[in-house]
Amino acid sequence: MSEKFDAIVVGAGPAGTSAAYVMAKAGLNVLLIERGEYPGSKNVMGGVLYSHQMREIIPEFYKEAPLERPIVEQRMWALSEKSVVSGGYKGLEWAEEPYNNFTVLRAKFDQWYANKAVEQGALLINETVVTECIVENGKVVGVRTDRPDGDIYADVVVLADGVNSLLAKSLGFHKELQSNQVALAVMEVINLPAEKIEDRFNLEPNQGATIEIFGDSTKGILGTGFIYTNKDSINIGVGTLLSGMIKNKLRPYDLLDYLKNHPMVRPLIKGGEPAEYAAHLIPEGGYHAMPKLVGNGVVVCGDAGQMVNGINREGSNMAMTSGKIAAETIILAKQANDFSENMLDTYRSRLMESFVGKDLKKYKDATHTIDKYPVYLNEYIPAVNKAANEYFTVDGVSKAEKQKKIMKSFTEGKGMLGAIQDIYRVWKVMK
Amino acid sequence: MSTITVPKTNTLEEKQYLLRFRADSQSHLTVLDHDICAKNCPDKLCTLFCPGEVYKWEGTRMSVGHEGCHECGSCRIGCPYQNIKWEYPKGGHGIVFRLA
Repeated sequence: MSEKFDAIVVGAGPAGTSAAYVMAKAGLNVLLIERGEYPGSKNVMGGVLYSHQMREIIPEFYKEAPLERPIVEQRMWALSEKSVVSGGYKGLEWAEEPYNNFTVLRAKFDQWYANKAVEQGALLINETVVTECIVENGKVVGVRTDRPDGDIYADVVVLADGVNSLLAKSLGFHKELQSNQVALAVMEVINLPAEKIEDRFNLEPNQGATIEIFGDSTKGILGTGFIYTNKDSINIGVGTLLSGMIKNKLRPYDLLDYLKNHPMVRPLIKGGEPAEYAAHLIPEGGYHAMPKLVGNGVVVCGDAGQMVNGINREGSNMAMTSGKIAAETIILAKQANDFSENMLDTYRSRLMESFVGKDLKKYKDATHTIDKYPVYLNEYIPAVNKAANEYFTVDGVSKAEKQKKIMKSFTEGKGMLGAIQDIYRVWKVMK
Repeated sequence: MSTITVPKTNTLEEKQYLLRFRADSQSHLTVLDHDICAKNCPDKLCTLFCPGEVYKWEGTRMSVGHEGCHECGSCRIGCPYQNIKWEYPKGGHGIVFRLA
């Protein structure tokens, strides 16, 4: 293949496909390379895809994309061993166009999305691993693949190769990831008839719910569990920092089975048939872990650039926005015929001014702080459960006495000052 | 911090059975030095945290069942001795998610 492309995009996930779609639509000659049998065959996520960022690329995507259910209710659980304190929001405005977010199954969605880029004129090659970037005179000029005669050249290479980001690492854009910068998440897709899902989650047809689960779902280790409703299946998963998994000598699938068998969870998935099991890493290093994003003839997008907001479980939307901004920058670079780092740096500066950079910056210390002070998950969540139990149990004790007891349970062993410090510390990293 | 215990469930085989793998004849994972596992790593950590139970300690060497690998990257990052060489399987090979 001796043809030279305007741009080569490595990885047909949300970041790479967004970049390929926008560039192809503008008339650029784009090659999209995917290592899996088809786009999505290597990709995993809990399942929430946000409407806003997708609409910025394909305005009425929800009329044709393979989506599961629009989410109308988002619940949060503070889980203890035999109880849960729950909160959430349900709003029917989310059941109407243009929607807020959807559950998706990535193997289906990513195929559809990559085909949209192909419709715009991008060339998609599956089953091809990019083994390295071809660098000449300090400039990335193409990629080397594992196909025979597999060198391919382009003005710009977009690295959207996912969380492991081996290509950006080989360019020296970042060091090897650390075990406290990634979460190891495992999940199961469990088939369950639509009617049962709607009954159990209090939904109308074509409405979905999500539950984020903190506390006992990860045995107090920094991480979360989740339950998301698809059309006729449920995604249930759990993830913790890899460092937490290692330190506690946990097997991730044991943690998943613990959650599946938890008395608060079991009735929701009862009678379901497991259909798939999947493991994946999630970048959790955030702002501090972001690699160099731009070089001569190269940009880094999506998970490869560590663009995940773990606090609000957003990632695919950040990936799409980064791919879109990268594409718009490359379109300008093409007009100027300048693919230098200086020119492409517009991508980085626009990205950091967008919600992607702003949100990553806002929560830059959150994960690290909650990891360092495990009290929030392993002390306060059980304490909140105990407090709720105390307050709502009618046992002849006066309410004033109950309140006193509850206050005491929160300050026990650390004093009022210690409790205030705990609150201040978490407010500081979340504010 | 107190030790966290989660009951071992022994259902990983059932989970892995749900998946489609297009295994390559050659492993994309290599344990570089089995002596490091033997001498330096009493807990054989990768045998615990690997979500596909790819790694199994066989007394003197680490067996690597690359056929069941999810390609997540945990072993490369989590091995405390950087003792695992980790590449992607050849194009089209390895795990094939149909849903996820």
